[in-house]
Amino acid sequence: MSDIILEMNHITKEFSGVKALDDVNIKVKRGEIHALCGENGAGKSTLMNVLSGVWPHGSYSGEIVYNGEVGKFHKIKDSEDKGIVIIHQELALSPFLSIAENVFMGNEQTSVKGVINWVETRSKAKEVLANVGLEDEDVNTPVSSLGVGKQQLIEIAKAMAKKVELLILDEPTAALNDEESAKLLEIMLELKKRGITCIIISHKLNEIAYVSDSITIIRDGKTIETLEKGRDEFSEDRVIKGMVGRELTSRYPARKPEEYPVGEEVLEVTGWNVFHPDDADRQMLKDINFHVKAGEVVGLAGLMGAGRTELAMSLFGREYGQKISGQIKVHGKEVRIRNVKDAINNGIAYTSEDRKTYGLVLIDDIKHNMTMAALRNSFSKRGVVDKNEEIVKAEEYKKLINVKASSINQAVGSLSGGNQQKVVLAKWMLTQPDILILDEPTRGIDVGAKYEIYCAINDLAKAGKAVIVISSEMPEIIGTCDRAYVINEGQIAGELNKEELSQERIMGCIMSHNRKGE
Amino acid sequence: MENQKKANISLREYGMFLALIAIFIMFYFLTGGKNASPFNINNLVMQNSYVVILATGMLLCVLTGNIDLGVGSVVALTGAIAAILVVQKGMAYPIAFLAALLVGLGVGMFVGFFVAFLDIPPFVVTLATMLMGRGLTYTLLQAQTVGPLPSNYTQYAAGFLPTMKVQAGGGDLDMISMIVAVICIALLIITEIRSIATKKKYNFAINPMWQTVVQLVVISGIIAFFFYKLARLNGIPIVLIIMGVIVSIYHFITSKTVAGRQIYALGGNAKAARLSGINTKKVFFWVYTNMGVLAAVAGIVLSARNASATPKAGDGFELDAIGSCYIGGAAAAGGVGTIVGAVVGAFIMGILNNGMSLMSLSTDIQKVVKGLVLLGAVTVDVLSKRKKG
Repeated sequence: MSDIILEMNHITKEFSGVKALDDVNIKVKRGEIHALCGENGAGKSTLMNVLSGVWPHGSYSGEIVYNGEVGKFHKIKDSEDKGIVIIHQELALSPFLSIAENVFMGNEQTSVKGVINWVETRSKAKEVLANVGLEDEDVNTPVSSLGVGKQQLIEIAKAMAKKVELLILDEPTAALNDEESAKLLEIMLELKKRGITCIIISHKLNEIAYVSDSITIIRDGKTIETLEKGRDEFSEDRVIKGMVGRELTSRYPARKPEEYPVGEEVLEVTGWNVFHPDDADRQMLKDINFHVKAGEVVGLAGLMGAGRTELAMSLFGREYGQKISGQIKVHGKEVRIRNVKDAINNGIAYTSEDRKTYGLVLIDDIKHNMTMAALRNSFSKRGVVDKNEEIVKAEEYKKLINVKASSINQAVGSLSGGNQQKVVLAKWMLTQPDILILDEPTRGIDVGAKYEIYCAINDLAKAGKAVIVISSEMPEIIGTCDRAYVINEGQIAGELNKEELSQERIMGCIMSHNRKGE
Repeated sequence: MENQKKANISLREYGMFLALIAIFIMFYFLTGGKNASPFNINNLVMQNSYVVILATGMLLCVLTGNIDLGVGSVVALTGAIAAILVVQKGMAYPIAFLAALLVGLGVGMFVGFFVAFLDIPPFVVTLATMLMGRGLTYTLLQAQTVGPLPSNYTQYAAGFLPTMKVQAGGGDLDMISMIVAVICIALLIITEIRSIATKKKYNFAINPMWQTVVQLVVISGIIAFFFYKLARLNGIPIVLIIMGVIVSIYHFITSKTVAGRQIYALGGNAKAARLSGINTKKVFFWVYTNMGVLAAVAGIVLSARNASATPKAGDGFELDAIGSCYIGGAAAAGGVGTIVGAVVGAFIMGILNNGMSLMSLSTDIQKVVKGLVLLGAVTVDVLSKRKKG
């Protein structure tokens, strides 16, 4: 057997004309821990989906050589049969089933055909759990009673029960605290000793530098380089340079703040603390202080799971979290916001990062969606809707932000992502807010529509609104914002003004904050 | 106007309406014209009034994506309470009606509380009220029929407006009914003219003249036919007025008010509705409270029609009401449906029942046919939407 367990050569994968992966090459040595780094959307997950058969053989070009033979996986089962197991960020556990049942889910220990052998299931589960340091757990406990960290380990145990040779972990520590993360990393090193090869995808570069033997960096769907421990420099800064070293073309309309002077302070948040909605002891946001002025576009940068959406949702009528404390001042006056209606009445608007789930009624038409939030305040008299006014405004905003649809009576569900996002934006513009919080406003939409959204953001700022943009794409923050706060692990890790805004500085803030936390 | 935009009436919108007419005409031939007799038309109104009232309230529940299984039992319970108060306690009928309505309100708030504030699935809560309501009815009535109810009570389901009869075409003709018909048609035409004027003012798209005329002629024709038949018998039933008022109010609420729009938004996407500032708990609470009150109205009407309260009253009404909503184009997942659709759905069921009875088909066969029609109507609706989108 060769030294190389997996080779992926010249992998190219297109989604309706857009290259998600462009000639990617990766070599993984047997028994090593290989890290995959890159920004959100760089193509890491797509690559792993190609490997595991989520995207079947034939839907991409290039070849996969696994254990010296060409792998043609048509479905996940095919790759699992060869010993490749992928653990996704969203855990695939059934919460009300026991640990033992989950460990052997889809791989049940049976005696006669189809009948589960419970004795074997339990005893084998115990054996497997010992590998991941959970030998003390009662295998009959339902999985839902365990913390996320242990659930993650159950996932690994599940993989080991399938005789795994190559284990892929997608962001395994994103939802874990430091202690749990450290334990998981130790388990990974333990698995390595047993000869199991691991591929880990992670944003936490300090963890990667600690645990991995080699790092492959992907950027914009291309492999940039592979670093090896002992041969190359293995520092976080080195990895960041590989990840973000990209030219910024004019994907963003010019901000000309000098022409539209920034006004008074519109929103000021001080001492904001929020706890997890299901776990009163877990603090999700800690002593957040920030402010936004009229005519200013302020970014909230940070990695996924840093707490930006949680911050926005907790401000927006306490839609997230519990035991919320802190002060919100709008136009210098302290306001009490207990629900979404209060938030709207105080001139705050929030567009969710998940427009289909939280932003739109997909079966309803454009005009009803646009007026949904402003209906009571702007389109009704004594509870009766003024349908004519509704049509007039919907037409006006459809033109204003260029929603491409046959008419305002078209169902929102049939629009493209970009046009859906514009409808959401119109819906909140119609509430005539002073403060707009836009959460991932361009997620999953094409370049042209993105540009139009950026223009709309500029126009809002021009009109004297205070705009907050939450984005995981650092270039977007840099391209659209006048100022940005970097959020990390529920805290503000730094504030950067226009001149200081760069990907290196943002990542730098996150890294130094992580180090402080250790 | 040269730049006036054009629009077309979509036949799909009137599909259920056309189906109703088609079914009626089909039975006209199958029963040799018996189903269009004045007596039978009058019967159709009286027999279906409570299902129409229930379907109106049920539509709101269906719009939220849920149903209320308890309405049949609430109908029985409230009818029993009103009857007991009048017959056994000798109270005046308005007090008995008020008591019945308050019980309906109470049951509705009870359901609303569990559904809205404790997040218990409506299916479970209303299954419980279905059992409890039926059990309480049997207990209160001691499993006996209570009656007969006095005529000032029963007139609300069996009575008629005063008439003004003249001899015409070989029989009596009530002029009051004819005048009401003329007023209804006039109102219809005035509303349409005003709506076109508004559309012109805002430069909205309007339908071609011939389409509007055809639409008006068809609807006016139905109204004229319907009232003419009633005029040939006893004039306008009081229950038709009750039904008409309730349907108009709820049609207005669902199509023209903020509250109505909030129900649609909640049914279409509850999370998005919440994040748009809609108090979804409150909406749920009032939808179910309202259902309780309307069930009480139906309970009073049913007991009045039977001139008595029976423990088995209203058995299976919840399913008729739910079926009416679905036949009328409401979506089981919520967010789609209209009051007019639910009423048309209720009458489709009613005409089927009535027609098959006139053909002396057994009630067992009638159930089979009703089941097939429900399944067929919803299947056609779902498939036609799928093709479109």
